[in-house]
Amino acid sequence: MATMTLINAINDGLRAEMEQDENVIVFGEDVGVNGGVFRATADLHQNFGENRSFDTPLAESAIIGTAIGLANHGFRPVPEIQFAGFIYECMDQISTQAARIRMRSGGRFTAPITVRVPFGGGVKTPEMHSDSLEALFLHSPGVKVVIPSNPYDAKGLLIAAIRDDDPVIFYEPMKLYRSIKGEVPEEAYTVEIGKANIVREGSDVTVLAYGNMVHTAEKAADLVEKERGVKAEVIDLRTISPFDLETIITSVKKTHRAVVVHEAAKTGGVGAELSARINEEAILSLEAPVVRVTGFDTPYPLTSIEDEYLPTPERIAAGIYKTLDF
Amino acid sequence: MPNVMELKEKTEMFQILNENGKVIKGQKVPDLTDEELKDLYRWMLRIRTFDGRAIKLNRQGRLGFYAPMAGQEASQIASMIALKKSDMLYPSYRDVGAAMYHGLPMENVFLNSRGQIHGMKTPDDVNAYPPQIIIAAQVLHCAGSGWAFRLKKQDDVAICFFGDGATSEGDFHEGLNFAAVNDANSIFFCQNNQYAISVPIHKQMKSETIAQKAIGYGIAGIRVDGNDALAVYQATKEAAERARKGEGPTLIEAVTYRVGPHTMAGDDPGRYRTKDEEETWTSKRDPLKRLRNYLDSKGLWSDEEEEKVQTEVLDEINETIKKVEKAPKGTVAELMDGLYKETPPMVTKQKDEYLAWKEGK
Repeated sequence: MATMTLINAINDGLRAEMEQDENVIVFGEDVGVNGGVFRATADLHQNFGENRSFDTPLAESAIIGTAIGLANHGFRPVPEIQFAGFIYECMDQISTQAARIRMRSGGRFTAPITVRVPFGGGVKTPEMHSDSLEALFLHSPGVKVVIPSNPYDAKGLLIAAIRDDDPVIFYEPMKLYRSIKGEVPEEAYTVEIGKANIVREGSDVTVLAYGNMVHTAEKAADLVEKERGVKAEVIDLRTISPFDLETIITSVKKTHRAVVVHEAAKTGGVGAELSARINEEAILSLEAPVVRVTGFDTPYPLTSIEDEYLPTPERIAAGIYKTLDF
Repeated sequence: MPNVMELKEKTEMFQILNENGKVIKGQKVPDLTDEELKDLYRWMLRIRTFDGRAIKLNRQGRLGFYAPMAGQEASQIASMIALKKSDMLYPSYRDVGAAMYHGLPMENVFLNSRGQIHGMKTPDDVNAYPPQIIIAAQVLHCAGSGWAFRLKKQDDVAICFFGDGATSEGDFHEGLNFAAVNDANSIFFCQNNQYAISVPIHKQMKSETIAQKAIGYGIAGIRVDGNDALAVYQATKEAAERARKGEGPTLIEAVTYRVGPHTMAGDDPGRYRTKDEEETWTSKRDPLKRLRNYLDSKGLWSDEEEEKVQTEVLDEINETIKKVEKAPKGTVAELMDGLYKETPPMVTKQKDEYLAWKEGK
């Protein structure tokens, strides 16, 4: 075991997979010699050479499109899109090409690609860096979406994503890169894709979150316990698509209330899907409508007001009280 | 005043045969054996015959989506004849001729046209991707594939086909640039048939030729008469040789003409092309007539052989269409099963619910 930041855990996960499988290749803008704008790929170029970790020209569609072509010859590409807001540039290659090729070709061709993408607010980025666009891929059949919230999960989920034979978008919360540390095994291990994690047990309300919002939700759970003795069960989804419906429904049937938290805009977001599924599967267990505490239906704001845009422990607590006082 | 850079435009067109099928003075005939030459013509004739029949089958409602290829036989077949079975092909929806030459069964083409889900399953020993619908998306796959050959130190090449309209897409630019920077073993084969549906090439671009766009990427570019099978063969062969030696990608512009409509979904070329123009291309520049004349001059082909090939193809088409009409259409459950290696529980749940509903109906 070693104490690592989340960014170190990602770097360590990449190193571990590149060591055990020579077909794993890491590339993108500035990921080679420079080691990535966040140092996620630090030393990989130096240790594994130009044919394993390299820079590309600045063009997102081509980064994913060439990854698909490389995958046709046994490679397991781990391309990086520098910031989440730039993912629109490669929407076709992800959602139309990589996502569908197994189905279109009757399994003859596949796209075992892991797209790493830093995302999320709270770090004062320029425009179009912090946007949470995970719902776009929740709505793209054939693509999996994974978002870790701590160093242990980050390494284990990343290795699982790289070993997955289908395309995975691996969203990395920028806010957590260096702000949290945790114990991480030095060897390679996996955390199963599609399995949620109950990070805090409770009996009064289920709070569903992912990424940085898991930590904000935990703070909200502290707050409601202190203020009104409410016991909130906080679930870290870890995988957005396919999400762990079983764990969610089991929890809601126990607590009878649910609050979904995410940074992304409310309408058509992950929260809308989770709320719909809870209604479909557990409506008779609900004591109150499902509440969503989310970003607003605007583009991600400029930085001077991002603290007002992002859900806070207080806003989440207010959402929890709404379900209790219904 | 600063000087405006003057780039020399590559306007000359590489030709070996003239419009009558005679070798142009000073041009060298490619090193094809008599049998290879006959095979080249046989396949062009197969594709021409196939195209005519496919259009009829579409009109009878026995085929669905179909993009006619007549006029582009030399571009599609002579290029593929210059390559090897181990080379990788990324076709667009109009390039089923090239794909069939490379080994894609006619059955797959018909199934795909009819929207039956098994059509795009390329056999394991055929190195061809399913035909691409998103214009220029395959240019990126071809760049990645050629790059993979380079990284694995294989001397195979990747080739993709696309039309003149595709050169306006961002993916065309990105693909050529990536392949250039990485010296990918890629051949970018543009069939310039002068129209993207109804839009003529001069509304597509201001540059004189497509081949000259290669200058911007620092790669080899060639403009070839796309109706001259020998010239297309030679240009592709040289591009493949460069790629196999690690000398990087080539952009080939094959100047050709689509005789039929854009697709069979209601396009009427009469709205945007003149009869004179069509007549010029069909009577004077037909790629089959030109190669046939050359073969005749060498005594390599006969009317009997011509008829035999046509009959064989029509028989094969008849058998194949009957077979696919009886083939299972596929189900939504199969679609779900084929999406992921391991189907996620949420998808399995939808499948179970759907099957239960169907059962109870």
